[in-house]
This record gives sequence, C-alpha cells and structure tokens, in this order.
Amino acid sequence: MTQLALVIDLNVCVGCQACVTSCKEWNTSGSAGPMVDQNPYGADPTGTFFNRVQTFEVGEFPNTETVHFPKSRPHCVEPPCVPVCPTGASYKRKEDGIVLVDYDKCIGCKYCSWACPYGARELDEQQQVMKKCTLCVDRIYDMSMVEADRKPSCVKACPTSARLFGDIHDPESAVSLAIRESGGYPLMPEWGTHPANHYLPRRKTRIKIHEDELERADNPLKVDRQLPRPAMSEPTLDDVTTW
Amino acid sequence: MHPAFSVIFLTTLIGAAQGLFLALFTAQSYAAFKLLPQPDAHAFYGQGSLLALVLLVAGLVASFFHLGHPERAWRTATKWRTSWLSREVIVLPAFMGVVFLYGLAHWLDWHPVLMTLPGGLPVDPSAILGVAGTVLAFALFICTAMIYACLKFLAEWHSPLTVINYILLGGASGFTLAAAFAAATAPELVGFLAGWAAIITVLALFGRGASLVRNARLKPKSTLQTAIGIKHPKIAQKTQGFMGGSFNTREFFHGQPVAVLRGVKWFFLLAVFPVPLLFQLSGMHGGFGLLLTAFVVQYAGLLAERWYFFAQANHPQNLYYQSIA
Amino acid sequence: MQAASTSIPSVQEVKNTTCYMCACRCGIRVHLRDGVVRYIDGNPDHPLNKGVICAKGSSGIMKQYSPARLLKPLKRKAGAERGAGEFEEIEWDEVFATLAERLGKIRATDPKKFALFTGRDQMQALTGMFARQFGTPNYAAHGGFCSVNMAAGMIYTVGGACWEFGGPDLDRAKLFVMIGTAEDHHSNPLKIALSKFKRDGGRFISINPVRTGYSAIADEWVPIRPGTDGALLLAIIHEIIATGLYDRDFLVKYSNAGQLINAKETSDEFGFFVRTEVPTEEACYEPQDKLWWDRTTNRAVLTHKPGADPYLLGEFTLADGTPVKPAFQLLNERVKDYTPEWASQITGIPAESIRRLAHEMGVTARDQKIELPIAWTDSWGNEHDTVTGNPVAFHAMRGLAAHSNGFQTIRAMAILMSLLGTIDRPGGFRHKAPFPRPIPPCARTPNDPRAVQPNRPLDGMALGWPSDPDDLFVNDDGSPVRIDKAFSWEYPLSVHGLMHNAITNAWRGDPYRIDTLLIFMANMAWNSTMNTAEVRQMLNDKAEDGEYKIPFLVVCDAFHSEMTAFADLILPDTTYLERHDVMSMLDRPISEFDGPVDSVRIPVVPVSGDCKPFQEVLIELGTRLKLPAFVTKEGERKFRDYPDFVVNWESEPGSGIGFLAGWRGKGGEKSLRGEPNPNQWEMYQKNNCVFHYELPKSYQYMRNWNKGYLEWSQRNRITRYAEPILIHIYSEVLQRFRGAAQGRGLTRKPPEHLKKRIDTYFDPLPFYYDTLEAQVTDKHKYPLAAVTQRPMAMYHSWDSQNAWLRQIHTHNYLYVNALTARQQGIADGDWIWVESQWGKVRCMARHSEAVEPGTVWTWNAIGKAAGAWNLTPDANESQKGFLLNHLISEELPGAGARVSNSDPITGQAAWYDVRVRIYKVGAGETAAGLQNTSPQFEPMKPYPGMKTRSSILAYLGIKPK
Repeated sequence: MTQLALVIDLNVCVGCQACVTSCKEWNTSGSAGPMVDQNPYGADPTGTFFNRVQTFEVGEFPNTETVHFPKSRPHCVEPPCVPVCPTGASYKRKEDGIVLVDYDKCIGCKYCSWACPYGARELDEQQQVMKKCTLCVDRIYDMSMVEADRKPSCVKACPTSARLFGDIHDPESAVSLAIRESGGYPLMPEWGTHPANHYLPRRKTRIKIHEDELERADNPLKVDRQLPRPAMSEPTLDDVTTW
Repeated sequence: MHPAFSVIFLTTLIGAAQGLFLALFTAQSYAAFKLLPQPDAHAFYGQGSLLALVLLVAGLVASFFHLGHPERAWRTATKWRTSWLSREVIVLPAFMGVVFLYGLAHWLDWHPVLMTLPGGLPVDPSAILGVAGTVLAFALFICTAMIYACLKFLAEWHSPLTVINYILLGGASGFTLAAAFAAATAPELVGFLAGWAAIITVLALFGRGASLVRNARLKPKSTLQTAIGIKHPKIAQKTQGFMGGSFNTREFFHGQPVAVLRGVKWFFLLAVFPVPLLFQLSGMHGGFGLLLTAFVVQYAGLLAERWYFFAQANHPQNLYYQSIA
Repeated sequence: MQAASTSIPSVQEVKNTTCYMCACRCGIRVHLRDGVVRYIDGNPDHPLNKGVICAKGSSGIMKQYSPARLLKPLKRKAGAERGAGEFEEIEWDEVFATLAERLGKIRATDPKKFALFTGRDQMQALTGMFARQFGTPNYAAHGGFCSVNMAAGMIYTVGGACWEFGGPDLDRAKLFVMIGTAEDHHSNPLKIALSKFKRDGGRFISINPVRTGYSAIADEWVPIRPGTDGALLLAIIHEIIATGLYDRDFLVKYSNAGQLINAKETSDEFGFFVRTEVPTEEACYEPQDKLWWDRTTNRAVLTHKPGADPYLLGEFTLADGTPVKPAFQLLNERVKDYTPEWASQITGIPAESIRRLAHEMGVTARDQKIELPIAWTDSWGNEHDTVTGNPVAFHAMRGLAAHSNGFQTIRAMAILMSLLGTIDRPGGFRHKAPFPRPIPPCARTPNDPRAVQPNRPLDGMALGWPSDPDDLFVNDDGSPVRIDKAFSWEYPLSVHGLMHNAITNAWRGDPYRIDTLLIFMANMAWNSTMNTAEVRQMLNDKAEDGEYKIPFLVVCDAFHSEMTAFADLILPDTTYLERHDVMSMLDRPISEFDGPVDSVRIPVVPVSGDCKPFQEVLIELGTRLKLPAFVTKEGERKFRDYPDFVVNWESEPGSGIGFLAGWRGKGGEKSLRGEPNPNQWEMYQKNNCVFHYELPKSYQYMRNWNKGYLEWSQRNRITRYAEPILIHIYSEVLQRFRGAAQGRGLTRKPPEHLKKRIDTYFDPLPFYYDTLEAQVTDKHKYPLAAVTQRPMAMYHSWDSQNAWLRQIHTHNYLYVNALTARQQGIADGDWIWVESQWGKVRCMARHSEAVEPGTVWTWNAIGKAAGAWNLTPDANESQKGFLLNHLISEELPGAGARVSNSDPITGQAAWYDVRVRIYKVGAGETAAGLQNTSPQFEPMKPYPGMKTRSSILAYLGIKPK
C-alpha cells in the first residue's frame, strides 16, 4: 500500500526557510487555502504555516552543533488524529496514506490537534477549521503539470534538496533507500504512531593525516632551500695540509 | 494545555447536573424502599430535574463556544465508533431528554404502575427513566472523561483516575447541590443528601489527590532527544520558526507562571474539598444557606480544578516550542 | 479541504523572469491567475538556480502587493520639516520639470554638486553611465559598504574574486573552507553546490565566530575571534611553507613568486620587480620583462624562459651588484614569525588546530589531485594534455571583508589559495566571465580635477582600479575630488567608492558642499548607514541661512523606508515583477564557471499606481538634460524607453557592445558582440530570460594563462589584451603607493599627514594588524566584538517588511555566549544595554553555545523605526527589534583628522570592527513602559497614495473583488 512521505536530510539543511514560504505561497492560493495571517503588518504577526524550520543548539561551546530542523507534518501510518475526530473531517487516504482534513466537515473543535503528539495541525483563525500539510495533493496528481513539477512545493523549492518525496512502502523508492542507507528515523517513535516522514541524521566527513604524509620525497623545499654554499675564497683543508 | 473556559464550564456544569440527577434518583430509590421519607415529588424531583436540565443546557451552550463551526455540530454524531467526543455528543442530548422526561413524569405526577418487582415494589415510568438516566449519567461521565483519558500523549490525563475523578467530582458537586436544593424543597432529605455529598467529596479528595500524586511522579515519555531524534544530553532550542506566536503556542500552553499554577492548585484543593465538607456537615440539619455556600464554594473550586486539569497537562508538542529568536 | 477555492480558476498564465528578492537573481516562473500572482517557483531550465527557489523568492507575492509600496510621486509639503513625513502627491511631469531644471543648473555650473548613490548595484551599467554623462564624479553603488575588500583583495591578487565574478568549484572540491559569514552572494547556487558537495563526501570546514547558516552543516566548526582571520591565514601560510605543502610548479609558472625584487633599501627601485627594460608602452597589462634566478644556470634569466626553473627561496646578487630576492622568499620572511602559536593568541584557535587545518589543506591539495582530460595551451605556447586540479576550495564574503584589515586578510587568503595551486582549476576557485581581468583591471577614474567640467561628461569613469598613485583622483594638493573621498590618499583603492561617508561629508562640507543628492534604493537613514541617529540629524540639519546643509534630497525607492522620510522628492520605483532589467556583462552578470551568462527581467504584471522604473527616470532625465548618450547630435530624444535603450545603445557607434550579450546581430545570430537586434527582448523571453554561452572545455580552466581563452576573450572584446595574468603573490601595486609614501620614485607623493598611514598599510605582502577601531579602543573596557549578519530568509531583501518573512524574523536578540552572559549576570531573555564608545542600544539577550565567547552578534536590519515600512508603530520590529548600527561610528579619530571607519586601503566600511560591553539594564529601567528597545524615534506615518494595511490577510491569488 502506498504511503507518501517526506524524508528530510538534516545533514544538508541550512535553515534557509525556503520550504516554509514556498509551501505558504502555493497552499494559500490552492485547495488548502487560504492560510490566514493575523496582524500581518502589526505587533506579533501570526499566521498559518504548514511547516516551520526551527533551530537547536546541541552541546556546549566549542563543541556545538547548530541543527536546523524543518518541522514537518508527519502523515502517520497510524494517525492518532483521525479516530478522535467526531465528524470524520480528519481522514487518511487509503490510496496514498496522506492525512487530510475536509474543511466542509470540520467543526473546529481542535480535538485532533490535541491527539497529535507532533503539533502538526493549526487551526485557521479566520476560517475556523483545522489545517495541515496536504503533501500538496493538488500538485502531485495534477496531470496538467510536467512530471518534475508534480511534487510538493517545499520539495521543489529546497535549494539543498534536503527534502525527498516518495513512497516509503516501496522498498525501491529513493526515500526508502535514503532511510535504509543513511539511518533515517521517525520522530517520537515511542508513541507508535509510525510517522511516514523520516529524518536523516548529520553525517561527518573527516580527514586523517598521517605524520609521514607531511614528508615527501618531492617536497619542494628540497628544491627551493639552498644549502649554504661557501665562497670559493674561503679557507679549505687544501690551505693547511698536503697529506 | 490552554484551559478553554468553554470546556471548563461544559464539564463542570454537566458534571454537577449529572450528580444532581443521580442524587435525585438515589433519593427516589431510597424512598421507594422506604428508607427515606417520600418528599414532595412535584417540587423535589420535578423542579430538581429542571435545575439539572438548566445546568445541562448551560453546559451545552458553553460547549458551542469551543467550536469553530457550531452550525456543523450535528456532524459530530457520526463517528461514535471511534471518537469519545462523538459519543459524548450522542449521550449528552440523550441524557438531557431522559432528565426532561423524568422531571416531566414527576411534574405531571404520572405514576402508572408498569410492573411490580419481586417483593412488591411497583415500577412506574419515573423509575424506568431514573434507571435509564443513571446509566446515561454514568455513560456521559465516562464519555466526557474518556475524551481526555484516551489521549495517550497527555500522560496527566491518560489514566483511569481521570474517569473516576470526573464521576466523583461531578457527583460531589451534584449531591451538594441536591442537598442545598432539598433544604429548600424537601428538608426531610437534607441529612441524607448532605451526608452523601460529604462522603463523595471525601472520596473525590482521595481520587483527585491520587491523580495529583501520580502526575507529580510522571516522567515524560517524549524528550527533546526523541522529538528531534538527536541523542545528546544537552540540546537547547533557539528558534521555533516564528516569533509572533502560532496555534501551537496558543492552544497547548497555559501561559501562566508557575506561581499561578501553584496558587490555583491550592485554591481548588481547599475550595473543592475541606471547605465544602465543613459546610456540608454543618448544613446536615437543614441549613439552606450553609449548603448553598457549600455548593457555590465547591463549584468555584471545580472551575479552578478543571482549569488546573488542563493547565497541568503537558503536551509533547510543547517540546518543539520552547524559545523564540 | 477544497472549501476555499473550488470556484477559483486554475493558473492561466506562466511568465518567466528573473528574481530580485536578493542579489542572487534566480530564474523564476510567475504563475498568474486573472493577472494576479498566484505562485512563483524556480525555473528548472535556468542555469543559476536549476528550479530551486529560496524563502525570499517564494515570498515575492507579499512584496508585490505590500502596503509599504509607494504609489505616487511625492513632494515634501511646503513648510514641513524633513523627516516629519508630510508629503503631497504630485505628477511625474512636475518631477521631471523640477529635476531637469535643478540638475540642468548644476550641470551648467559645477556638475560635482550633484551626487548619485545607489543601494543596489546591479544597475550600475546605467546608473554609472548616467553619472558619467552628467559629468559628476560623485557616484557609487553600495559596494563600498558591502564587500569591496573581497572584490579588491582578490582581484588585486588573482584577477578575480568570490562574488558574481568567481567562486568555489564544489562540484570537484574535496575540502571546502568557508571563512566568515558568506551566505550573501550567489546564495541558491552555493546552497545547491554545498549539499551536493556534502553528499559526495566532501569535507566542509567553517571558520566563523558564529555557527549559523551554512556553518551549521560544516563537518567542523572553527570558532574564531572577529577580525583576526588574517592572523589565522598567515599562520596557515607559515605552516604550508614550513612543511613544503605548496604547489611549487603552479607558483613558478602562474604567479610572480619566483620573480626577483630589488632588495637594496637605498634604491629608488627598492621593493619593485627588477625589469629587463623600461616598458615603452603605457598599457594595462603586465609585460613579461621580469627576472627569475635560474637554478640550473645559477643566474638571472627572463621569466618563463624555456627550460629555466627559478629559485623560489634565497638571496641573490645581480651582475650590477643589486641584491635581489624572489617574491616567495619575501613571503617566507614575512610569515616566519606568524607561527601557529602566535596566531593562536590572537584568534583563540588552538595552535594544534591551525597546524591541522594547514595540513588538511596542503595534503588534500597535493595528494587528491584531479586530472581532467582537457587539452589546453598556456600563454607561453606550452601545450598541456590535461587540466590539473588541487581540490581545496575557499569561500568568503562579508565576514572577511567588512573589517578595516580586510583587504590584507583577503590578500592572505588569495595567496593561500594560490600556494595550494587552486586558482581557476577544478575543485578550487574558478572565475566567471568577464573575469579574470588584468591586475588591476583597466578601468580608471580621471586623475585630474579638470576632468569635471560644466556641461561635459566626466572624462573617465566615476569608479576604477588604480594601479599607482598617479591614478588617484585628487586635486593638485592631494585633496580628494570626490565627495566620498574615494580614490584619494585616504583610501586609494576604494574601487567601489565610500557611500557610507557621502552624507557625513556632504553635511560637513568636507571636501565641499553639494546641492542635490539622489539616493536610489538605499536606506541611508537606517540600516545602511553607520551612526544612524546622527546621520538622521545630518539629513535634517540646516546652515545659518536656514537652508538644509544638503539642500535637495531626492529618494527613489519602491517602499516606505526610513530614508524616504527625509526626502524632498520621492520617486516611486516599481517592483522587480513590473520592470525591464538587465543583468549585464557590463555590470554584474550571472556568469557560470563554464562561460558568460547574462539575463533579463521582463514585466509580468502591470506597473502599480504611478510607479516608474528608476531606469525610465534616468533615460527621461538624461534626455531632458540632453546628456550626449541619450540624445542625437541634434539634441533629439534617442531612446523611446529603457527597453529601447538596452537594445540600441552601443558603447560607441558600431562597437557591437551593448548591455546584453545574447542574440545580437540583426537577426539574433551573434553572441557577445554584434549589431543591435530589434527582437532581442523577445529572444530572451523565449529563452527563459537568460543567455548562456558555454565555452569550449579547453577554455574553461586556467583562464589567467589560457591562451585560447584569453584570445577568445580579446576577440570578443571582453578584454583588450590577451596577455597572461600572473598571480600577485607580491603586490607591486601596493608597493608603488608605499614607495611614494617613502619618497621613492617619480610618482605623486601623499600629503604629509597620510604618509605614515600609506607606508604602514600598503604593504606589498599581507600582514596582520589590529583593526583600526581596536587600535583606538580600550579593550578592557569594551571586551567584546559585536558583529551582525543577515538571516538567509532576508539576505539582500530590501523589504523585510514582507508579511510572510517577517513572521520568521519579527525582532532580533543579541546572541551572547552563555558563559559570557552568566559572568555578567545576564539571564537568557534579559534586557541589556550594549555599549560601544560611540553609543548604546537597549535590547534583549539570548544565550547561545554557537558563538565564540568574545563575540556577540545579532541579525541585522530586522529592527526598524516605528511606523516605517507601513508597519504599525507598535510592531515588534521597532519595539523589540534593534539596530547595531547605532554603536558603529562612520568615522574614527586618526591620522591628524577624522578618517572613515574603513579599510585604509579600499575604504571598505568596517562594520564588524566595533567593540562593546554589555550589562543588564538597571532595576528601575525594567519597570513597565520601558520594555522596548532603545533608541526609539518619532513614529513614521504612511504617505499619501499608499494602500492601507490590513489587519488580516487571507491571500488567495485572485483578483480582489
């Protein structure tokens, strides 16, 4: 059974926020929109966004890692937000595993958001319905787009291609491969929600220099450094002995 | 969690109503077995039911303030197979209907004997409605409490104690109210009802106390380490991706300093338990004022208790929202 | 779902253009619905961004429809004070009439009383030409306060720079070293490359006081104290030479490392290369008339003599008795005492780490060589079967540049890159057309005040590349000709001008007063100026006669910026989606490593309100003023509008050189050069708005010395000479200035009070010195360095008022190392004072483990003046946000008079030199009402003609009802 998901590579995410606003611009004018902003030009502006990039500092100076963490909506295989919904507005699609909200059925009781450990849902303050990432369901099946465009907006935008998109239940897919080979992990596995989205950890490249690599036969200093060459007139043994 | 007043009023008002109804029918049952004198059914059961109904309606009205789209509330009955909220939405009106009919039966003095129990006890519609109401009252307590208790991510709520406490706290406030009401309409029942109110209040103290002790000992299952999947003992959030707040920072945080939380806790521990107990016991012999005071204080305490119930619940999503920059 | 938009039509139109939410200039596709922008995504067929787009580019919609936009020309109300924001709407006719009259008078009397400074520098081909045609020398773009040290430091060393003009070849590199904050230029391509580099297993080292942005994903973070990079680089050079890890072959052939320098101190020629003969022709290239000391014959020979191999180290004596040393020997002597232990004390980096860094660089460069099967011919006619690469790449930008020792630091970096043999080679630093250029490039300013004449174009360029003191643009007494004192003895190599001093100088009347200052898209009353509060007063200051000291101030901007409040006349500019633009080869093109690329912007939506593109303003003004380039011999209008100008203008009649390099020739059949093509715009439009000329592989590398490339470049008039461009390990250009200061030679000599300054800083070999600010600061009193950077979601985006982006960065904190903060009793989130010797600001502190303990930092330009950019006066930007600029002085005491707080060589604004102390606000200050940042200014008001801001925004990408 298909389970579409994002796999986010923390090893290359530089925290540029491209995914955040490209998502917003696509979805606010798309079938999931509008994504309302309150006080857009005033104090404490606040709006609906389907993903956010957060920053964490790991460790203590000078051994600090700065981790940019794109917080995504996980599209759980066992989504706890779906059964609690009293109206059936929150549902998981059988055909591709995307968890969606039917705005026409949603009563805005927020109960689904309580039932989600990830805080993956946001109530739209104007429309008063629950909104969440749709994996750009209005892009990925739009046959009027060329294939390369049939991806979530965030995936297309990401300058470091830190966001991979595909079917994690297909063992041959690029996302499955990445999870397998690069140590992909889900968030908060302790709850058994089986989030479809995965994260790839930081990976370090180091260079080991051996002592003897610093000394080489072709060391140019041997060419450039002149040995002291005494003047012809300086005294030599020839001046004092005949043998 | 952010304590929403709509839900605080909903749960405390209908809790008191459920307790009140249970008190009425308990009294009726005792009276049927001649263990209690028969009160003025018209006033006590009839008007008492009306009082319960008023509380239920008020609770229902309050609940609408919680919804973004109250006009679609009818849709909520559709997912009773999986959603405790949906079940609550079904049980609540059913209970209201039964309370209404129960009150009506008493009001109209409609007591045809439908059957006779072994031992010669006659069964009239009010008895059947009373039993049905009792079942529904307990069902409603369970539905309401299970809305919270079923959320495994909210460890403070995810416990049988949540259900027990909803029953006991609703029961206590309902019986206290019944006692006060009896002081005005059926003085012969005051001692019985106030006594039970005191007993349930004490039981509720044990129940709520147990949950406080339990919650104080909880160790969060999720940590920042599991939330972002990085295994390092020292992780500090620097940015949460926005600075002006979001649904995530509004809905899941109480937004109050620890001192307020502690103050509310001690207030409700006093106002729900020892203070009403004092008034319940001293009002056992018919002091309407004392019993009314007991109820008012206890209800005010329950508002605080429910506020604390929400505020104390720490949602794991909060791990992602600890600092802005 | 579905609820909102079932009735909304799908996208009807997709138009290609070029982004301008920052300086990166990606190809974008603008999706329109009913003529309204519904979505902007990256153009997958564009060579620069290959389909990706950043946070800013994705937020272009909010820029287009921003309520901060100025929609009408505005005139300061009669009687209203500057800065009070009292304006009345006028029509463009009045604008042009006013300007033509005023500027006409200035031009007819003293053209330098008109100054034009532009914040964005990617329209320089036109703005520079306008200024030159007008006849004023007082023109510059923002490069002087941005990153000119990077441009100058590298171009004066290797003939090209990290910038639009070159960068790290991460496709092939194995080790990538990024120094300082560098998220600014070329951001999406660098992001693309960085991720690919990491995935291919490359090692990424970031040297930076702060670990944010790209540094976050570095394999190793090396925290360093700000402004000390020069010490680190010199110590690495020390170690590279000491261990013999330099690429000797590369240095010998392609640099001046082996060339002999006169070492006789008493000689007038001391410090200069020994030449075989005195050059006869004054040309802008280096004749190959210098000497090597040949190892085989043990005597001096002409460089690059076939079969000769020079000593790089040693001391020799010429036949005439002149002692000489190879440049490399002098470098070796220079770095002898720059040991890792020495640098460790200065930089805070352990000596062991410095050594290891040097070894990693040297061993990777030496042992992981790349051989590409590409045959090429060098400038000396030697044929090579392969192109070699030493895969160590460097990148730096403002972090290195914005210090007053930045030029020499960047010279040190360029020399390190050269020692490792990485210049224009695979995996190293690679040029982008039109670079490499001769060292220095050939453009020159006039060197004589008489170049400024009434009613005549300036006789020379307003900006250029001096090669010796005689190129300086000074009066006979050595005083500056330009208002910003660029190309004077104070900042001789200020190749991008000193926009940051223009207002202070004009206000003070030093060197003289001007009449009209035209500022284009530069927020000089806020985040683009140092000493913000006082500069705002200068803009408002009046002389005894009641006249403003800067009499007429014209501001062209698309937005309600802080600067506009001080204007006498406001010209509303368009957005990038409403205009034609060119990313021209004459300016800052978007070339790739593999060849020249230029691009255009074509309007995708109609112009809003009464806005007018600044280019159209200049063409119209130029025509009305009858500037020669804009009118026929008869004085008639030559160009209908800007698009017409772009197509038909040629550098001289029949030159075939115009603003755009693609689809030239009558039918669009020619590239780079050719007759004007009337359908050029259409052809760009059909081709993703971009022209990409891919060079043959054999021309893609080693271009400083690649005969094929240089001749191709000469044929296409990209350069005049096809001579090899040797790397300046030793900079004779700098020595010429130092020599003049020492009284050597026949060139002009600096004024007495600047002699020591020139002698000190114009060292032909890189050296380390404390920044100028540190030299005049009590470091015990001000123990911390304070720096800023722009967040990636706002870098170079002039309108951070953007409704979506401002939710990400709404206000700023001062980041302080947690230990440093705790020592001061400052808790996370506390209100603090940050104080330099020039001023203080109140703000909030954030603890951080990702900042070096001696450094504090914040995001720049988040803080705004209350009410500016049509934000509410209580918006976080003004109440919780702050500018560090208040702590930075635009001038320093020095050299007998005030000098700019800039690099003494290039005039690069020294933003990152300021030193501060921090302390908690007093208990009384934290009382209610004081929970905002300081200083605060009188709130700005919206101007006539602007849209009202909404309190709720539900953008649907449809035509408003």
